[in-house]
Amino acid sequence: MRKLAIIIGIVLLYAACKSDGNKATLPIYGNRDTKTDTVDGKPVVDTIYNTIPAFKFVNQYGDSVTEKSLKGDIYVADFFFTTCPSICPIMHRNMLKVYNEFKNVADFKILSHTIDPKHDTVPVLKKYADALGINGNNWWLLQGTKEDTYTLSASYLVSPPQENAKEKFIHDGYFILVDKQKRVRGTYDGTLEKEVDRLIADIKTLRAESNTQIAQ
Amino acid sequence: MKFKVIAGLVLLLGIIAASCGSETDMEFKRYYIGGEQLYRERCQNCHGKNGEGLSNLIPPLTDSTFLKTNKKLLACIVNNGVNGQLLRVSGKSFVGNMPANDIAPVDIARILTYITNSFGNKMGTVTSEDVARDLKDCK
Ligand code: HEC
Repeated sequence: MRKLAIIIGIVLLYAACKSDGNKATLPIYGNRDTKTDTVDGKPVVDTIYNTIPAFKFVNQYGDSVTEKSLKGDIYVADFFFTTCPSICPIMHRNMLKVYNEFKNVADFKILSHTIDPKHDTVPVLKKYADALGINGNNWWLLQGTKEDTYTLSASYLVSPPQENAKEKFIHDGYFILVDKQKRVRGTYDGTLEKEVDRLIADIKTLRAESNTQIAQ
Repeated sequence: MKFKVIAGLVLLLGIIAASCGSETDMEFKRYYIGGEQLYRERCQNCHGKNGEGLSNLIPPLTDSTFLKTNKKLLACIVNNGVNGQLLRVSGKSFVGNMPANDIAPVDIARILTYITNSFGNKMGTVTSEDVARDLKDCK
């Protein structure tokens, strides 16, 4: 009897350790829905998560970028404009840290959407990218119509940018982490170094998670 | 007896020297501490916590040689901003623009005292009189 208790204890402990080891998954954000399908005559309930819808923009090289260009990628998105005098320099000083950490990772990208497409044309974005010191295809600066960009911001679960005579545009300084299934997995205040360190850690967690999922 | 007099004199001189020193010191500290706060509110987003700037977009404030050679221009830079003039700092020019600041000369003096005595710079106090004089010569 005593022996059995010890064995059960060990098993429980082991299980606790195991689930602890697996706890490194990130939450999935946004509204969710359920869908009931019938498989082999039995109802199967599936969860439908909020996902980023299809889009079409152009990057700093003049190439068109759609949701298909991100197939199999984890990415971080943010909203900015090149002449932003307030928070954008802080955000992109911090984003450079993320870029440098993952610039040699093939399945990772950064998408920075300009909210001032009138001024931020492709050549302006290219000049900004060069001055920022980024190259290659891990960090895209994206231009599209204002409507498309503003609408997209809603699916990233951040408030849409506001226009204002004095500040020109007011917008959140959030970095949004999106997984390979296009679900929002984290939002981070891009103006705070500590939050950016958390983002870097979460990207590593998410990469580990999606790599094991692929292996299964 | 003689020794006591000498010791007393030395002490007296010491006190005078210390209090003189502490007066300019106090002025410097007042400017510097006020400037640190203003820098955080108005400049740090662009030029960075350690004056490091941002790649080739925004210049660093760590180039002592630039700051020394352009000492008389600094008040104008802060007051009027820089638009497409492309200054050369640390051997590079920068793509970004700097906005103007609508603040009193004494606040400009505080900020300049802060930046010219931080980030490895050591240029002493910039007073509001210095700033008022330099602002007259802005281009
Ligand atoms: C919106 C970003 C921005 C802000 C805010 C800003 N600057 Fe600048 N600053 C710049 C840019 C960009 C330049 C270079 C402009 C050029 O070369 O055309 C510059 C140039 C300078 C220079 C001369 C070059 C150097 O690096 O020594 C000084 C000094 C300076 N800024 C100080 C300040 C101070 C002090 C404040 C706060 C009152 C401030 N700046 C706020 C962007 C900014």
